[in-house]
Amino acid sequence: MRLFRRRRSTPTRPRKRDIPRGLWTKCPSCSELIFRRELENSLNVCPKCGHHFQLSREKRIELLTEPGSFREWDADLESADPLKFTGTVSYESKLKASISKTGFREAITGGEAVIGSHRVGFAVMDFSFLGASMGSVVGEKVTRLFERATGRRWPVVIVCASGGARMYEGMLSLMQMAKTSAAIAKHRAAGLAYIPILTHPTTAGVMASFATLGDVIIAEPGALIGFAGPRVIRETTQQELPEGFQRSEFLLKHGLLDMIVPRSEIKPTVIALLDFMRPAGTVPSEGRDA
Amino acid sequence: MAFVLPFEKPIVDLENKLQELRRFSETQNIDVSLEIERMQEKIRQTRKEIYSRLSPWQKVQVARHPQRPYPQDYVDHMSRTFYELHGDRLYADDRAIIGGFGYLGDEKVMYILTQKGRDTKSNLACNFGCPCPEGYRKALRLMKLAARFRLPIISLIDTPGAYPGVESEERHIAEAIAVNLFEAFQLPVPIVVVITGEGGSGGALGIGIGDRVLIMEHAYYSVISPEGCAAILWKDRAHADRAAEALKLTAQDLRELGIVDEIIPEPLGGAHAQPQEAKERVRECIQRHLSDLKKIAFDELLPQRYSRFRRMGVFYEKGRLIGASAPLREDPQRGR
Repeated sequence: MRLFRRRRSTPTRPRKRDIPRGLWTKCPSCSELIFRRELENSLNVCPKCGHHFQLSREKRIELLTEPGSFREWDADLESADPLKFTGTVSYESKLKASISKTGFREAITGGEAVIGSHRVGFAVMDFSFLGASMGSVVGEKVTRLFERATGRRWPVVIVCASGGARMYEGMLSLMQMAKTSAAIAKHRAAGLAYIPILTHPTTAGVMASFATLGDVIIAEPGALIGFAGPRVIRETTQQELPEGFQRSEFLLKHGLLDMIVPRSEIKPTVIALLDFMRPAGTVPSEGRDA
Repeated sequence: MAFVLPFEKPIVDLENKLQELRRFSETQNIDVSLEIERMQEKIRQTRKEIYSRLSPWQKVQVARHPQRPYPQDYVDHMSRTFYELHGDRLYADDRAIIGGFGYLGDEKVMYILTQKGRDTKSNLACNFGCPCPEGYRKALRLMKLAARFRLPIISLIDTPGAYPGVESEERHIAEAIAVNLFEAFQLPVPIVVVITGEGGSGGALGIGIGDRVLIMEHAYYSVISPEGCAAILWKDRAHADRAAEALKLTAQDLRELGIVDEIIPEPLGGAHAQPQEAKERVRECIQRHLSDLKKIAFDELLPQRYSRFRRMGVFYEKGRLIGASAPLREDPQRGR
């Protein structure tokens, strides 16, 4: 009789990037075991080393906007499958899986909100929905967000995260980069402020469009931020990547970011920044009764 | 020596036979003109047959053909002189994107174009057609210069994509592309874009915003390279042919999706088979579109450019399909 049996690896092992479940969570940065309740109380930031775990859309909205002020726009937009894309699995089934996993119809939730005394166009991207890739719906929602904010003379704040353009929508997804950038150009021409908040990870097509077009660009600590993925760069160039490459701290040093702000301080920082970037000719008002 | 694509082999075999026939007729002094004529017709037929049913992956290979005319060749054909303007005034002079003053017929224009290089030395100098941030920033500088002096902009694109390297990231390639997209919507001069070979994703889009986007018959324009897509979906770059199919990256697909405005037909056998004819067709098409654009009122140009890109995208709103062009309207109603 065998005394030891190799334990079979379970196929349902949670993926690393998913929001941690279970009673205890191991910090991928310092390996500390953290009691889940404690992690939740600290905004999904490791109490020992400050590693920022991903944070759900609901928590983001709660963290950044005034209670009850968020009203969602365009919640009824859903992705189609315009190319009838079939790879190893169909786009349609990928979408269905993401919808049932997250409970949301798409990778971004946006609308109007109040932050401090500022009425803003506000959106949050969710990496757990198909890597928060930008297809037609994400592009359309971001574009509408800027168009409406321009009409109402509001600033825009977007919590960014993305793996890039959504391959399953082919060139239609690439065109969302142009569409969103065009809407931002109008917003800025109207003298209005835009603050993207880059979270882990923000890359590729979203970086090469609305994520880098902010008046002030904020990032959370330790976020992976860049155009090409590190693996692609290593394979293409056969080059060793520098220490801390494509992390927030690296990008601050290289001049892309205005500031790195820990999660707990983002809201007061955004309020202060918006105070400085009021559109010319407006009188400061109490947003909530406006 | 001529570069032969795998599917072009039957043509080459026939051409070799034709050579033999000629040599035979010369050495033996026998008249085989009838046979030669017949052989030439057969070559033409075979070429036509092969080129009329190229698969998406085969088209990608034609687009990458090393003897295909490159943007610089088109500029040389269209413009009697070209005053290249160097550098981004910030860091360097990228060789993968170049630009400068030139002519289109008698009209003064600003050319922006990508370069791949024809041999190892120039390939390396041009980074194999993969621009760094400097390239996009130089392009923007020149496009703004063109706008100040009311010169139309003609952008000719043949790039595998923006350079994925450490230096590219250190100098913020994503930001350089984003700023170009943003600024291109505020340049008050007509812009004509032509994808002449490879339209490599954001790297192409960075100089690809225009009032007209034209594409050559066997060129492609894609959100990701077929190899890159295959590596993600099938974990193997060898499935690039399936990826090319799925991505809908051919000129014909892009016309249906409303991404491009016109397909420029290539001469039989592709642009590399008859470069002179290809160049002339490109010139004619650009000139026609530019003269159309010049009829648009000054204050209408930017709103039209905005709406050209604004309507792109296909999705459901309240269960109704929005934005699809005709061939895709298969199930307009779908309850979820």
